[in-house]
Amino acid sequence: MAKKIEVPFNGTKEQEAKLLAALAQLKIDHGGKGLMIAALQKAQDIYGYLPEPVQQIIADELGVSLAEVYGVATFYAQFSLYPKGQYKIGVCLGTACYVKGAGDVYKKVCETLGIEGGQCTDDLRFSLDATRCIGCCGLAPVMTVNDDVYGKVTADQVEGILAKYRA
Amino acid sequence: MFRSHILVCGGTGCTSGNSIKIYEALVHRIYKEGLDKEVHVTQTGCFGLCALGPIMIVYPEGAFYSQVKVEDVDEIVNEHIIKGRIVTRLLYKETVGHDGNIKALNDTNFYKKQHRVALRNCGVINPEKIDEYIAYDGYEALGKVLTEMTPQDVIDEITRSGLRGRGGAGFPTGRKWQFARNSEGKKKYVCCNADEGDPGAFMDRSILEGDPHAVIEAMAIAAYAIGSDQGYIYIRAEYPIAVQRLTIAIQQAREYGLLGKNIFGTDFCFDLDIRLGAGAFVCGEETALMTSIEGHRGEPRPRPPFPAVKGLFGKPTILNNVETYANVPQIILKGADWFSSMGTEKSRGTKVFALGGKIQNTGLVEIPMGTTMREIIYDIGGGCPNGKKFKAAQTGGPSGGCIPAHLIDTPIDYDNLISIGSMMGSGGLIVMDEDNCMVDIAKFFLEFTVDESCGKCTPCRVGTKRLYEMLCKVTDGTATMEDLDKMEELCYYIKENSLCGLGQTAPNPVLSTLRYFRDEYEAHVRDKRCPAGVCKKLLRYKIVEDKCKGCTLCARNCPVGAITGTVKEPHVIDPAKCIKCGVCMEKCKFGAIVKE
Repeated sequence: MAKKIEVPFNGTKEQEAKLLAALAQLKIDHGGKGLMIAALQKAQDIYGYLPEPVQQIIADELGVSLAEVYGVATFYAQFSLYPKGQYKIGVCLGTACYVKGAGDVYKKVCETLGIEGGQCTDDLRFSLDATRCIGCCGLAPVMTVNDDVYGKVTADQVEGILAKYRA
Repeated sequence: MFRSHILVCGGTGCTSGNSIKIYEALVHRIYKEGLDKEVHVTQTGCFGLCALGPIMIVYPEGAFYSQVKVEDVDEIVNEHIIKGRIVTRLLYKETVGHDGNIKALNDTNFYKKQHRVALRNCGVINPEKIDEYIAYDGYEALGKVLTEMTPQDVIDEITRSGLRGRGGAGFPTGRKWQFARNSEGKKKYVCCNADEGDPGAFMDRSILEGDPHAVIEAMAIAAYAIGSDQGYIYIRAEYPIAVQRLTIAIQQAREYGLLGKNIFGTDFCFDLDIRLGAGAFVCGEETALMTSIEGHRGEPRPRPPFPAVKGLFGKPTILNNVETYANVPQIILKGADWFSSMGTEKSRGTKVFALGGKIQNTGLVEIPMGTTMREIIYDIGGGCPNGKKFKAAQTGGPSGGCIPAHLIDTPIDYDNLISIGSMMGSGGLIVMDEDNCMVDIAKFFLEFTVDESCGKCTPCRVGTKRLYEMLCKVTDGTATMEDLDKMEELCYYIKENSLCGLGQTAPNPVLSTLRYFRDEYEAHVRDKRCPAGVCKKLLRYKIVEDKCKGCTLCARNCPVGAITGTVKEPHVIDPAKCIKCGVCMEKCKFGAIVKE
C-alpha cells in the first residue's frame, strides 16, 4: 500500500525568492502582527506543501522558532507536510453527504486507489482527502477532483470518474 | 431601461452545477443578437432552492427555470427572449398554476412560509456591484446611525429588538455590544465569525456570496456603537467564491468612502480586513478564533476574561456571526419594534436553516422563529424523497441533537430546542429517514469531534475518543448494557469539565439519540441487530427460499465460498463464513437475497 511517501525536497531559487517577497508584503499588509497563518498559506500556494526547509524559512523570517511554525502547520487541516497528488480528490463527509451515502463513495475511492485519506498514490497522480462540508448540499454526495465537482455520486460511478484522470 | 432581466444564480451549489458557463453563454448570445441594450443578464447570490440548481429567473414574467444546462441557453434565448414564448419544459413545476399561468415565486410551497430578512438580497442583487446594494437601501442604516444616533442609541435599539446571536449559543447581541462599549480602552476590535464549520450548514456562506455589503455595513455600525476603528472577518479558505466577493465588496466600499477615514463626512473611521481560516472547527469558538487571527494554533482559552474586556490582541473585542450582522441594518432602518414583532417571546426575528439530507427541497430557508419542524420539513421541504418515513431531524451539527418524529410539532426557537436536548447551532438541519441508523449518526458526529478536538483540555481530548470507542463497540455488536450506562456517565463528565463550547456540547449527539432512540442502541447491544441495516458487522445476509431459483450465480460469485446448494434448489448462506461484502445481493437477478 502506498503511504505518505517521502519525496526529497527540490524547491527552486525562484520559489524561495517568491516566498521571501510574499512574506515581506504580508508584513506590510498585516502591520507586523498575526501573520503566521497567512504566511503558511502563501508558502503552500508556492510549494504545494510545507516541507521542513520551507518551515525553516518562515521561522527565520518571522523571528520565531521552527517548533512554533510546525505547531501551527500541524494544527490546521488545510496545511500538508507531504506533497499532494497531481489530482487532488476530495470526498465530502459533511452530514448531508454522509446520510446520503458519501461513506460508501469514500471507501470505494480508497479501495480503487489503494490509499487512505491524507495519502498519495506512488506515482503522485492521485491524493485523497475526506473534506468537510463544501456547502453544495443540494448535490450530495459530492466528490471533487481538483476543481471539477461531481454531484449525486454513487460508489458505482467512482471508477468511471477516476478513469477520466488516468489517461 | 431594459425590457428583460435574467438572473442567474451564482451561489456555490449552482456554480458546482456549471452556472458560470450558463451565465457566460447567455451573455455571449445576448450580445451576438444585439440585445445587450434591451436584456440585462446578471449573476446573483443563492436563491435557496439548491436542489433544483442551476437556477435562472427571467423577469418581468418571473419565469423560474430549474436544472438548466448550457445546451438550454439557445432555446431560452430563441424562444423566450426573442419570441416571447416561455420554455415550459424548464419551468419549476411548482410555479405553474392549474390554468397554466406562472405563479409568483412567493406563492410556491417552498417560499410561501418563508420570511426573508437576513437573506433579503440573496438572489435579488448582483453581489459584486455596490450600486445594486445601495439601490436596495444599502448603507442607509449606516448613514442614519452616524448622523442621527449616538452609539448608546444604537446599542439600545439592538437590545430592544431582542436580536440574539445566530451562530449557536444565542447570546443577546445588544448586551454583548454594551459590555464592549463599557470596557476601557483606546483600541477596540469588531470581528465577524465566518468560519462556518458545522457540516451541512451553509447560510453564512450564502449571505457572504449573495449580499456581502450587508455584513460590511453592519460591522461598521457595530464599530460605531462600541468605539472601534478596525474590523476583521475571519472566513474559511474553503469558501473561495465568498472570499472573492467579500474582497471586491470591501474594495468598492473603500472607493465609495463607506470604509476608511471620516465616513459620511463625520469623525468616524473604520476599516476592515479579511483573515483566512485554515480549516479547524474549533476556531468557530470565539476565543479560539481570536487566537487564530493572532496567528497561533487556534486553541481556546478560559473565560473570563471575556473578549468584550480582553479579546483580540488583548483589546476589547466583539465577535458576531455573519447571519447576526445581516439582520442589523434592517433593525436600524425599520426599528426594533418591527423586528421583535416576528418570532417568539424569547427568540425574536427569523432564522435561516440549511435543509439537507433526506429531503426533497434541499436548500436554504428563512422562517420566523416559532415555526414548527413539521412546517419546515413537510410544507417547505416537501418531506422525505421516495416515500420513505421521516425518522429524525438533526439540528446544531456536532454540538446539537436529534429531534425524533414525535416532537415534530415543536415550535423552533432557542429555548425549545435546548429543552428537547438539541440546540439551534448555526442552523444546519439534516433530515434522516428510516434507512439511517441513529447510533451510526452519533458515531459520525463523535468521529468528527475527536478529529477536531484541539487537544488542550483532557476531558475533551481523551473523553471524546473513549466515547467514540464505546460507540464503535455498540455498532460492532460487542458492547454490553452496562456500557450504555457508562457512556451516559462519560457524556455528562465531558460536558461539565471541558474548557470550551466544543467539548461542552460534543456529547449532545450521543445523549439525544440515547434519549429518543434507546431501543436502537439496545437492539445493537442485546439482539446484535442494526434495525436500519446500516452497521455492517451486525448485518446478516439471507436467502429467501421461495424467491431463490437455484441459478447458482451467487455461489459462484461469493469470494469466500459461504454459499452452498444444488442447481435449481434454494441456496443457503453460512453466516460463519460470510464476510458481508454484499456481492451476492448485487448479483442476484431475482431479489432473493436480503440483509437484516
